[in-house]
Amino acid sequence: MLHINCPHCGMRSQNEFSYGGDASVKRPELNKEVSDQDWDNFVYNRKSLRGKHLELWQHISGCRQWIKVERDTATHEIFRTFKADEEVA
Amino acid sequence: MQKYSIFNLVKNAFSNHENWDLAWKDPTPKEEYDVVIIGGGGHGLATAYYLAKEHNITNVAIIEKGWIGGGNVGRNTTIIRSNYMHDENGLFSEFGMDLWRKMSQDLNYNVMFSPRGIINLAHSDAQMNAYARRGNSMRLNGIDAVLLNREQVKEIIPMADFSENVRFPIFGGLMQPSAGTARHDAVAWGYARQADSMGVDIIQNCEVTGFDVSAGKIKGIRTSRGNIKAKKVGICVAGSTNILAEKLNMTLPIETHLLQACVSEPVKPVLDNVVTFGAGHFYVSQSDKGEMVMGGDLDGYNSYAQRGNLPTLQHVLTEGIAMMPFLSKLKMLRTWGGIMDMSMDGSPIIDKTHIDGLYLNCGWCYGGFKATPASGWTFAHTIAQDRVHELNAGYSLNRFNTGHLIDEKGLGTKTWIS
Repeated sequence: MLHINCPHCGMRSQNEFSYGGDASVKRPELNKEVSDQDWDNFVYNRKSLRGKHLELWQHISGCRQWIKVERDTATHEIFRTFKADEEVA
Repeated sequence: MQKYSIFNLVKNAFSNHENWDLAWKDPTPKEEYDVVIIGGGGHGLATAYYLAKEHNITNVAIIEKGWIGGGNVGRNTTIIRSNYMHDENGLFSEFGMDLWRKMSQDLNYNVMFSPRGIINLAHSDAQMNAYARRGNSMRLNGIDAVLLNREQVKEIIPMADFSENVRFPIFGGLMQPSAGTARHDAVAWGYARQADSMGVDIIQNCEVTGFDVSAGKIKGIRTSRGNIKAKKVGICVAGSTNILAEKLNMTLPIETHLLQACVSEPVKPVLDNVVTFGAGHFYVSQSDKGEMVMGGDLDGYNSYAQRGNLPTLQHVLTEGIAMMPFLSKLKMLRTWGGIMDMSMDGSPIIDKTHIDGLYLNCGWCYGGFKATPASGWTFAHTIAQDRVHELNAGYSLNRFNTGHLIDEKGLGTKTWIS
């Protein structure tokens, strides 16, 4: 069982969260020329890192906020959590 | 190579079975190969075997980070089927069914192929309609499919929950009678033994650390046991695909996720078929030892851990108990996990890459084991002829760019959509 420290609610069990994938993916800017390759990278292509991975989770059975979680994909260790709009250094 | 037969078994009994040849050698890597296959799993071993058998290319090495049979080929739930609706998947898998039927003779190794049939249960009228459509598509592609009503299903699996007041009543099911199971370890060992006997070097405990590419052409690989030159390189590493892709500066439509399976304590024969729950993701069959072999959903988040987490297992087994209540009385014997190369449309990739002489085989999601022979056969063809075969033409890497996705169930990495 993972324990995720929701920046809004505190430490909660994994059961309350749902996963949203790689948080480093950026949607191409609208109102600009977007190449097929840019859309591909946004929609499909993923690095799927082994090790530290910044990802989105939603506290679906809690505050329902989207949050960012920095987690190790090999050990499942969670290093830091952020609010969705927080910049990650 | 020593042939495995009843006569050799009796002969070797007189020497206490101490004089059998090794099934495959443990060679040191040569300086150069015509083809290097990275990944000694089922698909990699099958690829090497068909390179030698179908294309007479025997100067081949298989580079395996761990040991033969230690990855997903030894971690799956051994189900073999071709019950797909889309032509690309159906024709590819049905070609594989033919290879499965001949495999024990072909490899001189008993893979215990057991065509016991698979039943996908339906729990609504809409699902029955969808199954009728899929069954018709299958039959148009020459695949056997039978639509069963509730009574017919009850006759085959009376132990399922047929009571009236359940959340997901059984309306019927779609059966592929020719589907079944096989002994997964034997598949790996059988392919390894035959490939080795035809001159393929199986190099274990050898991790690939990099690639030598110059002027857009592959020249060789770097490994923990030295550099190896190669005219062609095939990548066939399932859940580790993204790790190798990163070394090639490639970003793929693949995420690595963890899939769990488990077996119960062995019980007397109760279930003759493979059965899947239609209102979630759960499947079960009974092994020859009597264990109930079960599996279902991904853990749901990127993982390279090769071991599972309990919330998903609990969720999957809740579905199992809803389908077959007697499962709740069984003790769990073992659980384990493997890391899957989940593609974004749920279908695999067997293709050339933008690097000349580098080939890619990945994206097997939940269904890698049953594809082992067809994947090896088509990947060997793609490597040997430097062009895709019509069977794997749909499994192209650029389909995500052109929009020709094969969304059999729309199940890729995003399990929460289903």
